[in-house]
Amino acid sequence: MIEHAFRGSKRYWSWLLFLGLIILAGFYFYMRQFSYGLGITGMSRNVSWGLYIAQFTFIVGVAASAVMVVLPYYLHDYKAFGKITILGEFLAISSVIMCMLFVFVDLGQPFRVLNIFLYPTFHSLMFWDVVALTGYLVLNVIITRVTLAAERNSIPPPKWIRPIIIISIPWAVSIHTVTAFLFAGLAGRPFWLTAVLAPRFLASAFSAGPALLLLLCLLLRKLTNFDAGEEAIKKLGMIITYAMCVNVFLILMEFFTTFYSHIPEDAAHMQYLYFGLDGKARLVPWMWTSAVLAVVSLAILLVPRARSNHRTLGLACIAVFLSIWIDKGLGLVITGFIPSPFGKVIQYWPTLPETLIALGIWAIGVFFITIFYKMALSIRREIEA
Amino acid sequence: MYDSGKIIAGLVIFIGLFTSPFWYDLASGTALQTPDLVLPTKADQKQCVASLEFMRRDHMALLNDWRTQVVRDGITYYKSANGKEFEMRYTKTCLGCHTNTSQFCDQCHNYIGVTLYCLDCHNMPATQIQGPMAAKILNPNSEILNKLQIQN
Amino acid sequence: MSISRRTLLKLAGITALGVTAEKYATAHAGSTAAKVLSKAVGAGKRLTKSNVQQKVRLAMVVDLRKCVSNQGCTKCIDACNRGHNIPDLGDSKDAIKWIWKEPYESAFVDQENFYMRDEFKNKMVPVFCNNCDNPPCVEVCPTQATFQRPDGIVMMDWHRCIGCRYCMAACPYGSRSFNWRDPRPFIKDINPDYPTRTKGVVEKCTWCDERVDQGLLPLCVEACPEKAMVFGNLNDPNSEVRQLLKDNFSVRRKPGLGTSPEVYYLV
Repeated sequence: MIEHAFRGSKRYWSWLLFLGLIILAGFYFYMRQFSYGLGITGMSRNVSWGLYIAQFTFIVGVAASAVMVVLPYYLHDYKAFGKITILGEFLAISSVIMCMLFVFVDLGQPFRVLNIFLYPTFHSLMFWDVVALTGYLVLNVIITRVTLAAERNSIPPPKWIRPIIIISIPWAVSIHTVTAFLFAGLAGRPFWLTAVLAPRFLASAFSAGPALLLLLCLLLRKLTNFDAGEEAIKKLGMIITYAMCVNVFLILMEFFTTFYSHIPEDAAHMQYLYFGLDGKARLVPWMWTSAVLAVVSLAILLVPRARSNHRTLGLACIAVFLSIWIDKGLGLVITGFIPSPFGKVIQYWPTLPETLIALGIWAIGVFFITIFYKMALSIRREIEA
Repeated sequence: MYDSGKIIAGLVIFIGLFTSPFWYDLASGTALQTPDLVLPTKADQKQCVASLEFMRRDHMALLNDWRTQVVRDGITYYKSANGKEFEMRYTKTCLGCHTNTSQFCDQCHNYIGVTLYCLDCHNMPATQIQGPMAAKILNPNSEILNKLQIQN
Repeated sequence: MSISRRTLLKLAGITALGVTAEKYATAHAGSTAAKVLSKAVGAGKRLTKSNVQQKVRLAMVVDLRKCVSNQGCTKCIDACNRGHNIPDLGDSKDAIKWIWKEPYESAFVDQENFYMRDEFKNKMVPVFCNNCDNPPCVEVCPTQATFQRPDGIVMMDWHRCIGCRYCMAACPYGSRSFNWRDPRPFIKDINPDYPTRTKGVVEKCTWCDERVDQGLLPLCVEACPEKAMVFGNLNDPNSEVRQLLKDNFSVRRKPGLGTSPEVYYLV
């Protein structure tokens, strides 16, 4: 199976080389962070989580979103997703790897990471998040490996894999729920202390993840002879539309409770995020960009004719992905810390090394997606031939 | 066997690289230095907290155990086999006798290539520290150091 | 690497360790320095979990009426910084703080009041870890590197901390600091009796656990020239802290969050 990853066109190899260079740059700066300490980042005593944990949060969503193709295909026998289910699962695997790396680079004492398992602490959500992510990775590795092998030999997958696939469905929901609980259970951080956080995470995940998958499908159609199928793309577009509507609805819910109740500690965070506080407004332009992108995407998605046109659908997917990336991968985590427990506005912005380390991890993710998709598509081509 | 030439060549290169530290040492002529420990000669402490055999093999586990008991379990004293009691403190008790870490700890640890970082955090009174470890403590002649030393 | 007590006995031929160790802990509590504090604090030594819950719950009372921080006094802060090898990184993003001053309206951020008594309007309040009775930092720590002692002190195990900073996110009081870089170059006088920390671990005030174990008062309490800080056992009705709380009006920081902070400010 893996041998397909070692045979490819010039374009394939130069793409991998390009990613490899970004990974190397990230690795170099990680070594610098390793020797200097996390002080090399923009994080501070007040904003003690930054880009790394924010990226982690966003990408857990992408990983969980595989369930949006797995569930219709395996539970409802929705045949149109037959071709892209494996792509969704490989996207999940790559995403979980990125998640783990983002948590790892955020640790002050990375050599001690196994302490999480040596001293398992059931009252810590961090422990459960690690368990959930590791389990999800194992499940998806088994599923992809077995189903792809069966497909190659033109036999139906063994019976025992079905319960594992069924387990992976609620498991996908759990990884993002537990990640939301990581934030939503902290009494001292009113910005995250909302029961709607987990539903919001799921809604944004189920729009941004499928949006990425759809974009990848469109890209594959352009670059290779792989065609996801018109019906699959249509259905994905529908899923994105519904999830994005729920996501925007839930964000508006946050606005209502925060600003109508007037509780100062709650309102201060939203104030900072969307309007600026004490004359400090670093995230404001980003958040309004996110809001505009969300409106634009809905404007396209909600019109059936625009949604069925691949070009506008692609644009809508880009808008969805970017809007949610800004909202979750930038605003959500950082703003929990601003203002500080003392009511002071101390801002955060990632430094260059920090950004390059994050970029390096993204490149690792894309690297994995590339070789996984290469494998899957090569095997498909082999069968057809 | 297909490609036997390539495989053999590859194996030779691999073994060469794998054993390169040995070749490097042979070529540079650095003789292997066997550990040469200087045992403390403190008048009031003739014996360590446990037997020689035990300390040789398990000192790291003992230190770890002491640490856990002091930090987490609130037990601060240790009674040795011969009934003597010791305060479970690395700097005060252990390094109180083994004052020269470079003639003691480092001898074996350098030999087997294990870098110690105990003194990255644990501090010793300036006069106790001899050898290269001393550089790790800043301002050894500071006022507070000397004052605290007398209290010790 | 850990060695079980049984293995230790077997390997070293130590016979009585398991039985005597705890006895020794308590035995030493009765001796020497512990006596200084044992009356005042009612503690002197950490006791086993079973009996301590009823006996000792350490707490701190800060009398803001006596505190002269507004006149530039920093004695409690200096004593702590020196005794615990706290690097001087100023107010930079890498700053480490165990005890420091905050304006009253920042320390008590949920007590908004424009018409305060004059002397409290710009009052600087010494703030430090509340060693909460229901500490959220302990709840979230994935490795139990931060944990609650039976006497209530919220401890840090710097050998175990993986530096994930979840505790910093959970603390509603901003009491925790992270070593963003090697602190040693920023410590002027190293106190050899106390460790410095390594980069990548979280630290905070632990009410001088190392001194409490010897029956001594925390450094800040000892250093205060106005005797504005009082430390003692909340479970002892005759302790000084209880007497002060009985006779005076006290406030705590963000009690509404349910953390049960154990620093009481007299106003």
